[in-house]
Amino acid sequence: MTHVMAAKSLTSEVVLRWLENCAETFVAHKDELTQLDAAIGDADHGANMARGFTAVKGKLGELKGKDIGAIFKTTAMTLISTVGGASGPLYGTFFLQAANGANGKMELTPTELATVFGAGLQGLMSRGKAAVGEKTMVDALVPAMEALKPAGDESLGEVIGRAIAAAKKGRDSTLPLVAKKGRASYLGERSAGHLDPGAASSVMLLEALQKAEGATS
Amino acid sequence: MKKLINSPENVVVEALQGMALAHADLIKVEYNPNFIYRADAPVKNKTAVISGGGSGHEPMHGGFVGRGMLDAACPGAVFTSPTPDQMLAATKKVDSGKGTLHIVKNYTGDVMNFELAADMARGEGLKVEAVVIDDDVAVKDSTWTAGRRGVGTTILAEKICGAAAEAGASLEQVRDLCKKVNAQGRSMGMALTSCTVPHVGKPTFALPEDEMEVGVGIHGEPGRKRMKLKGADEITELLMEPIISDIPYKSGEEVLMFVNGLGGTPLIELYIVYRKAAEIAKKAGLKVTRYLVGSYITSLEMAGTSITLLKLDGDLTKLWDAPVHTAALRAGI
Repeated sequence: MTHVMAAKSLTSEVVLRWLENCAETFVAHKDELTQLDAAIGDADHGANMARGFTAVKGKLGELKGKDIGAIFKTTAMTLISTVGGASGPLYGTFFLQAANGANGKMELTPTELATVFGAGLQGLMSRGKAAVGEKTMVDALVPAMEALKPAGDESLGEVIGRAIAAAKKGRDSTLPLVAKKGRASYLGERSAGHLDPGAASSVMLLEALQKAEGATS
Repeated sequence: MKKLINSPENVVVEALQGMALAHADLIKVEYNPNFIYRADAPVKNKTAVISGGGSGHEPMHGGFVGRGMLDAACPGAVFTSPTPDQMLAATKKVDSGKGTLHIVKNYTGDVMNFELAADMARGEGLKVEAVVIDDDVAVKDSTWTAGRRGVGTTILAEKICGAAAEAGASLEQVRDLCKKVNAQGRSMGMALTSCTVPHVGKPTFALPEDEMEVGVGIHGEPGRKRMKLKGADEITELLMEPIISDIPYKSGEEVLMFVNGLGGTPLIELYIVYRKAAEIAKKAGLKVTRYLVGSYITSLEMAGTSITLLKLDGDLTKLWDAPVHTAALRAGI
């Protein structure tokens, strides 16, 4: 019986596959995200995310063999220039800040990944000025990045699995909340009873990463 | 949906192409990333003033590019913020070395995209300052919302800051002036009908024949309340009361009154609103010394109006009177 080794590090090849998965994910879930956004926003989140990551997918060919920092930087700039709205600058800033800690690296250990994504989240939060509980993508991302920190000798698959579970819990916690940021905040009490579309797309991003990582371990 | 378009995807670009052809003496247009800029940019030794936002509010902002107002305008998709690459490219194109002011309307997407653009421009060694306009008294200004929206005062700030920049003011002076205009301007609007975003194809909200939305935003966002339709005088009272009571005025204080159409309301109705608004201002002890009446900040074909009052002083009045030569506003030349 052969023993399959769980991957210990996130390689640049897996990162490229992740981004490709993101394009497929957001095209497939475009209407779902748009419907969430139509309830409390301006009904463009699905189309914006699909457009942005499809543009990123178009750049993956030229990124083969590049380090993870370079891949993240191109992803950031592409999202920033194609997504628009608020999610473009937010996800763009996440990848831009994440890129700083990944410069020159062809792979990231689980600990390094937690640090790099943690920096991305910090950047995103200072751009959006949102805290947990204000019905935004931060409600999914903060617990997810906390769960991503490895304890001992955990594999990449284990920490990503835990991060997704935390992100989903965070996403679902936005259902009863009254929005305090973004266009949904103009609705006041009327924003309660709907999931936040940004928190939903954050979960999808992590699921796309799990799918890419799972294909190697 | 019944619109004078070829296809929803091409609305913004084809309109830009038309503007470039119609106003070739005043402006030029760049595509990918899209922006409109003064034909004579960069103007030597002049602080540049740029604005931008979603399309669908024409003539704002592209119609205000030209001498005495904006150096460039960045149009996003209809009702969607432009992206930072547009503002970065526009800033590089019009910066004379004296720096660039970004005038931003307070919407979450606009603010973030402009912030990123300013970061990028500073990273490339350019001097950039930004002022966020948030003058809509219909929205509660609290830490529990994204804050007040930027509406009618934006155009007054663009005119006044553009005049100051033309007269040689520094970047810091133009920035501070913009903050002052924002602090002294207040607006509120109302809608009689909804509007239809081309790529959506159906009205943004449903408004029965006998109802109106008071405090509506320029993208059809909900207002303060929906109520039974009233006559023009009563509607004008509903708008003027919150505007006048939001900042203290001294008796005899001079103001600029701006009665704006949202796209589907004829000028004849705007003058009926102006008539009542002027009467209310007079009763409140205000002296209307400058005015603007017309459709300058619109929501596609939405019928309705917004009123903006700007507290004036000698400096602001002088800058308002300075020559301006743009596609949509032309005076003093």
